Parts: sequence; structure tokens; C-alpha cells
Amino acid sequence: MKTQLPQWPAAATFICWLATLCALTMSSMAGAANTSTADHSKFKELQQPFATGPDVTKACLTCHTEAAKQVHKTKHWTWEFLNPENNQRLGKKNVLNNFCISISQNYPFCTSCHAGYGWKDKNFDFTSEVNVDCLACHDTTGNYKKLPGLAGHPVYKEMEFPPGSGKIVKPVDLSKVAQKVGKSSRDNCGACHFNGGGGDGVKHGDMDSSLAAPDKELDVHMDASGLDFTCGTCHKTSSHDVPGSRYTPTARDKGSAHMRGKPAEGNPATCQACHGNQPHPVNLTKLDNHGNKLNAHTSKIACQTCHIPSLARGGIATKMSWDWSTAGKLGPDGKPMTKKDDHGHVIYDSRKGDFVMGENVTPEYFWFNGKIKYTLLGDKVDKSTGVTPINRIEGSPTDGKSMIWPMKVMRGKQPYDPVNHTLVMPHTAGNDNIGYWKNFNWENAIADGMQNMGAPFSGKVDFIQTEMYWPSTHMVAPKEKALSCVACHDAKTGGRLKEVKGIYMPGRGDNNQLLDMAGWTLALLTLIGVLIHGAGRIYAHKKG
Amino acid sequence: MTVERIYVFKRFERLWHWSQASLIIFMLITGFEVHGSYTLFGFGKAVSLHTIAAWSLIGLWVFAIFWHFTTGEWKQYIPTTDKVVAMIKFYSVGIFTNAPHPFKATTLKKHNPLQRLAYLGVLLFIGPLLWFSGWFYLFFSDWGAWGVDKYVSLEWVAFFHTAGAFMMLMFLIAHVYLTTAGHTPTSHIKAMITGWEEVE
Repeated sequence: MKTQLPQWPAAATFICWLATLCALTMSSMAGAANTSTADHSKFKELQQPFATGPDVTKACLTCHTEAAKQVHKTKHWTWEFLNPENNQRLGKKNVLNNFCISISQNYPFCTSCHAGYGWKDKNFDFTSEVNVDCLACHDTTGNYKKLPGLAGHPVYKEMEFPPGSGKIVKPVDLSKVAQKVGKSSRDNCGACHFNGGGGDGVKHGDMDSSLAAPDKELDVHMDASGLDFTCGTCHKTSSHDVPGSRYTPTARDKGSAHMRGKPAEGNPATCQACHGNQPHPVNLTKLDNHGNKLNAHTSKIACQTCHIPSLARGGIATKMSWDWSTAGKLGPDGKPMTKKDDHGHVIYDSRKGDFVMGENVTPEYFWFNGKIKYTLLGDKVDKSTGVTPINRIEGSPTDGKSMIWPMKVMRGKQPYDPVNHTLVMPHTAGNDNIGYWKNFNWENAIADGMQNMGAPFSGKVDFIQTEMYWPSTHMVAPKEKALSCVACHDAKTGGRLKEVKGIYMPGRGDNNQLLDMAGWTLALLTLIGVLIHGAGRIYAHKKG
Repeated sequence: MTVERIYVFKRFERLWHWSQASLIIFMLITGFEVHGSYTLFGFGKAVSLHTIAAWSLIGLWVFAIFWHFTTGEWKQYIPTTDKVVAMIKFYSVGIFTNAPHPFKATTLKKHNPLQRLAYLGVLLFIGPLLWFSGWFYLFFSDWGAWGVDKYVSLEWVAFFHTAGAFMMLMFLIAHVYLTTAGHTPTSHIKAMITGWEEVE
């Protein structure tokens, strides 16, 4: 008996595993109903071994003659964006943030998320068609992975990764991947967008790997066993140009739902693009007019405010703060160390400093009209003003363009140049003798990163507090899980919109205090008056 | 002193009065919760109930206005200065010395001069203040379509609505108390229930 017992759990585990596998296979078959008219595995061009990614692209371009030219025009390729509103030159190529800070001199690592091959330094040839990476966005096998350090290339021959870890990564079968290309899935986009900031869920707070196959409660649209939207369902892409922007977001979409046949102007990725501006059903048989009341909110409140009840809801923590100033402390063995909290989240890393991680985070709420101004390299910053915004969001209750938006506010402390009063771009990643993560010398790391950008650096390093605003729009809860009235209309605590100025909200403590005091006092005096009057009558009556 | 009974409040009038009384009390309770003065039903529920009560009261008023004009009962609210001073004297002195009531209710004149003034005030000032501000409050989302969003702010709409509510509360307190100031402490209340009032 004793020897048999342990086998039961093993058998049960096996059966569970088998059942899960069957279920997964069936669901993936159902989800990926193939509607394409082309089976790429039958194309002769793809029935050959490919040595490199660009070789695959060459084959793709024999049929998809315009694809690379289209990609060349997009942010996914250029990593550059000229904001037409204020002429700021943005894009990953230019901006700084308060996560890993910037790509300068970290190219081979950052560009593992570039839709291209070979961007290893600032001399990358942006006109090369064969260096466009088709597979990053069109692989359906899940085997195509671009590792940091390879400048956007996948693994072509067996290598140890991470270096020194003893783990061996096998090369990808490019021929097989090429024969299985298809429309972009959540996994394709997620390979980079779930991992922004250097890890799962780190950056956005509303995007992480839990959205690869979410349930309805996590995201009512992407629900893998329900509507099963891909990213492209909303980010309706044409000519490889994916709509929706963090640099020029649509804060207020006054348009109605887009209709086929009508030229759709504006961003197809807004809630309103499908739901319109009066989305809550109005039921006239309900006298309380609840639908109308909710619709009344749509002139001031972004849909996201009520329908995204919290950030990082999928069980994966997001980074709320990153303090670079404490980086560089080594362990007792003189080697870089990490510290973890009770949940297993890394909260200190010698290479990076201190982190604060958060799950189910209540967003902060701001008036936002879609205009964002970045603090770019060369812009003056002043430590004495307190916190420097990496991106300033614009908005006011009176401009007619703003809505109240939920946002993740990423706070941090990052290196800056106290003499030139500018933010700096350090060279962090890399197995060389400059990168901060290996050498722990800020001066050298920053000098290298700044020199690469042609930016002045005084040689002095200090740390400055920064914050960065991330409007939230993903992880939309089903309506039952949307915020209830009292989440904001809470006179006791002031509710979630406590800090939002410029509107009167009933039940938030916005009452006119003078009126309240006068009103209650007069009512009380009336009561006291009639009581005295009554007492007098009783007294007079008894006296006869 | 002889006591006679006269029929002052007709059946519809009594129904109207008590429905309106309940609705107003209920709206005060839910309204001040929406205002944030306390938590009873929960904000969302309070808003719903307040709204339902508001529509009910509007319905009731449509009937009441119709009734007042078709029966001519609206004349009961025409203000008069006759005996106003006498009434004030009675409430401040006479009522304590068992003096006779200066006003004798009849079917044609069922409200004493002070009542007439008070009810007219409710009718012409407190009521419209609440109705008007409440209407704006209720149709907040349509201000843009009405073209008034530049001139009206929710802050002031709420201010006047709340001010009206406080006045209504004061009226309610005084009104309830003065129901005891009839021929006997309960004769007014009985009249509003049965329709028959005992008068001296």
C-alpha cells in the first residue's frame, strides 16, 4: 500500500495534464478558425532552410512586394514620431522614461523589440527592406523569440542565455515558422507590449501576459473563451500602420460608432469607435433612468474610469516606482544581488535599485485632453521644483476637450546632470566594460550614452525625482465589475475622484459648507421653536 | 361653545396631501443622502429612489393642478391680509390663554390667512425652486443640447436645490407642529384623514 500511494497523485496529475492539453488544443483549434485563402506551407519560396531572419523576409517580399515599404513608414520600424501638435520629436529613439531610461548605447538589447534585424548602434540602415522583421508580428508557432542582446535577431545557433546561466537556447526553425505565418495575435503584440519596461507587466499596468488568454473578468473583449478580440480588433490596422498612440492619444472621442461605408475619421481604437457616446441602454420602463444617468457621465468621464476598476488585475504585478539612486549596492560576496518581497517580486536589484511593485492598484485620476509634452534630452530640469514630469499631461475641466482619465503614475528617481540641468541617457546593458549593469560606474555609463546622442555631459551625476503618466485603457472589466456609484460619490472619504478639481459632484463633500450650516441651524431652530411653543401650550393648558 | 363638523377636505385632496407628504419626506431622506449628509440606502440607490419619487411627484402634481383648476379650489390660496395680525397674535398669545381662534374654517375658506400665505410661499417659491433646480439636476447631460451649459453650473444648481430642500424641511417641521393647533390638538389631523373638521 505504502509504495502505491504516491502513484495516485502522479496519475491524477497526468490525467489533469492530459485533459488540459486536450482542452487547450481544442480551444486553440476553435479560436484559430483559419479563414485565410493561403496556406503558406505550400509556397515553394518558404520550403527551404533559412539561415537568418533577413533571408525569410526576402522570401516574404517576393509576394508581399509592398510590405516592407509600408512597415518602413510606421513607428514599429522608425521608433520615431514627430508630434504634430508641438513638434516634439518622440519615439523610442528619442524619449527618456523612468524605467530603463533610454535606448542610447543599449541598442542590441532594446531592439530585440524592434520590428527589424540588426539595429545594433545608431548607424542602423532604416532603408533596408530585408531587415524588416515579418515574423515578430506574424509568427503563429510561438517558437520565434528575439532575445535581448541580439539586436533584433532570433537565435540562429545554440547559445547560452542569459550568458553565464548555463541555460542553452536552441536555434529557431525559421523554415517552419515562415510556413506558419498568419495574422497577428495577442501573443505577437504581447511579446513586446506585455514586457515593456524590461519584464512582464512592468511598464503599463494594463498590459501583461495575463492578457495572452484572459478570462472575461480580466478583459471582457479579449476573453479567450468569449469574444476573443485580438489587439488588431480594436487597433484596426491598415497598410501595417497600427492606429492608437501613446504620444497623441484620443482623450475625448465625440464621434459616434464607426459604420461601414462611412469614411471613419479618427481613432478606431477608442471605446466610442464601437460603442458610441451614449453606450448605456436607456430603459424608459425604469423610472430611475439609470441608463440615462450613466450616459450623463460620458461628457466628463472617460469610459476607462469606471470600466477599469484597478490596474494590474491579472495576477501580474506592475512596477509603481523605481529608484535608481540606490543601485550599486553589492552583496556580501561582492557580487550583484536581488531582494524579493513576500510575493516573490524583486524589490531590489544591485544593477537597478529599489522597486515598488503593485497588483490591483487603484489608478490615479486626472483631467486629460490628449496633449502630452515630454521632457526630452536637453530640456532643462530643476531638482528644487520637486518632481520632474517625464511627460506632462494637459487637461482642464473647462477646455471642452478633457475627460477624467484613470492613469498609472510611474514614480522614480533617476540619474541627471546637476551641472547642465538635464536628464541623462546612461549606457546600462551590455557585456562590455562601460555598461552600468556590469561595471556600476555611473559617470562612465552616462558619458558613453550621452556622447552617442551628441549631448553634453558635465561628468557630475545626481539623482532627480521623476514621474510619468500612463493613461489606462486595457483590462476592461465586464459591466458587473465596473465601479459602482459610491466608488466616487463617497462623502466619507471623498471617493476615488477626491483630488479631481473643477467639478461639483454630489456626495463627494463638495457641499457649500455655509449653506449646510445655515440650513441645518435654521431647521434646528425651527424645531426648537415649535417644541418650546408646544411646551408652553401644554403648560398653559394644565395651569387652566 | 358649540362644536360643529364641516366637510373641508375632499377625497382627492386628502389622497393628494398624504401622497405628497410621503413623497416629500422620502425625497428629503434620499435627497440629503445624495447630498452626502449620511448613508442610508447607499448613494446609487438613493439617487434612483430620489429620481423615482421625483417622477411620481410630478405625476401627482399634474393631477393636483388639474383638480385645483377644475374644481376652483385654487382660490383657497389667494392671499389675504384680513385677520393676519389676529392670527399672529393668536399663535403668540391667545393660544396660551385659551382665547378663541380668530379664524373659522368653512368649506369655501378652509385655510386661515397665515396658512394661505405659507402655502402660497411653498407653492410659488420653495416648490418652483426645487422643481426648477431639480429638473436641471435631472437633465444634467442635456445642458449641452439645450445650449445652457455655458450659463448653468451644477454647483449652483445643487446649491439652490439644497437651499430649497432646507426650506422645505423647515416648512415641514412647522407644518407638522401647527396641525396640533386646531380646535383640539388632533382635529386638523383628523380632518385631513376623514375630511371632516371640528370647528368651534
